[in-house]
Amino acid sequence: METLTFEYRGGRALAAPAAATLTGVVGSGNLEVLVEPAALDGACRVEVTTAAVGFGRIWQAVMDDFFARHPLADVQISINDVGATPAVVSLRLDQAVEAFRGGVA
Amino acid sequence: MSHSYFEANARERLAQLLDAGSFRELLPPGARMTSPHLPPLDAPVAFDDGVVVGAGTLDGRPVLVGAQEGGFNGGAVGEVHGAKLTGLLERALDERPAAVLLLVESGGVRLHEANAGLIGVSEVMRAVLAARSAGIPVLVLIGGQYGCFGGMGIVSRCCDAIVISEEGRLGLSGPEVIETTCGVEEFDSRDRALVWRTVGGKHRYLLGEADRLVPDDIAAFRAAARELLDTRPDLSLAALEAEHARLGRRIDRFGDCRDARDIWTRLGIAAPERLPLLDTAEFLAATADRRA
Repeated sequence: METLTFEYRGGRALAAPAAATLTGVVGSGNLEVLVEPAALDGACRVEVTTAAVGFGRIWQAVMDDFFARHPLADVQISINDVGATPAVVSLRLDQAVEAFRGGVA
Repeated sequence: MSHSYFEANARERLAQLLDAGSFRELLPPGARMTSPHLPPLDAPVAFDDGVVVGAGTLDGRPVLVGAQEGGFNGGAVGEVHGAKLTGLLERALDERPAAVLLLVESGGVRLHEANAGLIGVSEVMRAVLAARSAGIPVLVLIGGQYGCFGGMGIVSRCCDAIVISEEGRLGLSGPEVIETTCGVEEFDSRDRALVWRTVGGKHRYLLGEADRLVPDDIAAFRAAARELLDTRPDLSLAALEAEHARLGRRIDRFGDCRDARDIWTRLGIAAPERLPLLDTAEFLAATADRRA
């Protein structure tokens, strides 16, 4: 297992406070994404625990893209990953943010 | 619009099974109540340890619910996972809900966690019996991809009633386990038709092990669970002895059958070979009054 941490600044806080949401399942080639409001002084913090060791640069690229699409602030994102591909990770992140913003669970 | 129970994950099932917006999770993912046994094995954890527990309403009546996530280690019961189910059932003794609903999807004990998982399952069994003894129905729903096997198969048969779909499977040893221990001549786990006519929902319903057979639709599971809320089984000694006698007659009647089709023939079902092809409504019509 490998733990990776990313932190982004310059995002926008949600207009209304949101409740924590969990999206996805910890299964082979899949991941779960927990999105929680957190007092992070405006930062968006992502902590990834992944079974696929040695892919930090790819995670960095996927998370950079994610923050460009969804510039969040004061949000903690926690991920348990079992070797999901970058496309699956991006899809789950989009689903997770949609649920967090009050879309479908 | 129909929503497949089989395709949904544990959280999606709960959201549609209960009254809209009524579910309140206990120990939600943010509590990070994860397995202490998986990190030393360098194995991934899940924030809910593969089971969602909480309270909600069904048709306005309060229920406690637990839903196992088959996608995480096949829904296997580890120490935390088992403790969440046990705690839910013990909570029922205090809250006295209309019922406890267990959405079981599990291969049984999480072998990574060895004795802790085994003890966890036995504690769940004891808690099921305590809830039943207190007059609180414990109802099981089975219809996920991973079926209901091992310790959770025993737990499920310790409960008041089982609702199952054709896609659902219920047993003790799963097909791969039987093949591994007894040989492919005894049971070919890759023969899907054999697997489903042996452990699948239709056969379990015909044998009397499942109480309701429903289509693969969360709304159908909801309707069946709602009807069963007023289940008040007779737990007297006389009733238990009658059940034992019934099981004795069942083994006398079918013990020499080599295949489920032999049992269906002996049950007097016309053209038994067509049963796997029938949809739920046709199947129920074709087998009415023919259950073991």
